[in-house]
Amino acid sequence: MDDTTSEKRERFQNNNLLQAWLVLTLALIFGISLAGVQAALGPKIEANKIKETMEKVPEVVLGLEAAQKLAASGETLNIQSRIIEVSKKNKKKFYTVYEAKFQDNSVAGWVAKAGGQGYADKIELLVGIDALAENITGLFILDQKETPGLGNKISDTAWRDQFIDKPATNPLVVVKDKSQGASNIDAISGATISSVSVCGIINQTISDIRPELSSTKKD
Amino acid sequence: MAEQPTALERFVQGILPENPVYRQLLGMCPTLAVTNGMKPAMTMACSVAFVLLCANVVTSLIRGLLKPHLRIVVFTLTIATFVTIADRVLAAYLYQMSKTLGPYIPLIIVNCLIICRCEVCASKQNVFTAASDAVGQSIGFGLALASIAAVRELLGTGGLFGIPILPAVWPDWVIMVLPPGAFITLGLLLGCVNWIEMRRGANAGN
Repeated sequence: MDDTTSEKRERFQNNNLLQAWLVLTLALIFGISLAGVQAALGPKIEANKIKETMEKVPEVVLGLEAAQKLAASGETLNIQSRIIEVSKKNKKKFYTVYEAKFQDNSVAGWVAKAGGQGYADKIELLVGIDALAENITGLFILDQKETPGLGNKISDTAWRDQFIDKPATNPLVVVKDKSQGASNIDAISGATISSVSVCGIINQTISDIRPELSSTKKD
Repeated sequence: MAEQPTALERFVQGILPENPVYRQLLGMCPTLAVTNGMKPAMTMACSVAFVLLCANVVTSLIRGLLKPHLRIVVFTLTIATFVTIADRVLAAYLYQMSKTLGPYIPLIIVNCLIICRCEVCASKQNVFTAASDAVGQSIGFGLALASIAAVRELLGTGGLFGIPILPAVWPDWVIMVLPPGAFITLGLLLGCVNWIEMRRGANAGN
């Protein structure tokens, strides 16, 4: 009789769930506190991301100088975002496009958010297109993890400025010999893959959304 | 059982005699990955200090309830919670820095330094001792990161904290801010520390 009670007690004490009571309680407490942290900070983090994009839209559409001049004169662009859906080969792709309008409601240009594989990791960028959807107005790299000192030069102003006023009607071509050409982009030495990736993302994005933008322009 | 060090001893040991990077060789991942500049290195040191302090205090508070075979689970759970908090706070208030540090903040969860301090000190000693241990180790870790980052940023970009220091003619040694620079710097500094220790040992013997 005594044997069975002590056996029962031992089995009870060895019960896995009972042994893990501390782990389970802590998991519950920590889970609740993390939910609290996320509830408090989540909107702020999301706002940081949107703020960064919105701050860059005028620069990408108008160029840095004109954007600063506009900001100094106290005017702002009206920026509206919309999603453009592109279906190709039974696949659907979605692009977030920001439409920037002057105060008099004339279109200043469009900025598309795009992403794709780089050398190391995903590259996220903003590419600006003018009101007629014929020229590229600027480029900004939102997120990249390319090699420091080489591939991360895609974020440098000097390299990004090459894209300004390149035609949006023809795909960009990456060159290594600095040869001049309407659609030529000089590759970063030591980071050809990063350069090609950025141009590839831009070519793909523009060819996908340009028909859509040209049709809205006529409305 | 050997007597445990006091709070003061724990604090002092963490800074130099048991420096986490140079003496214990713990936490090598952030030591190599984020020391290409002083700013990311210091942000990393602060994040590790926050996580280490919180994890040590919580572990010490619940040390009476720990079961030997479940203790690592509890440590990991505690550490992961505080790392997530640190990650979210950085993303909310230092957005650019959090983008620079990328995956290395979440990776603090597997930083052996923290789990080692929970195991060695916090799970055996009272809250005050655990807290001073955490502060001492954090200062030691911070100093180690600062020393490596200072060498790498100065030689690699000619400045510190992004402010130019060396004359403009300095040819930036780009390799110092690339991963090989981390290994070279760490190896040389480790060698220096060992050499100094050996000399001190030899002197003490005479």
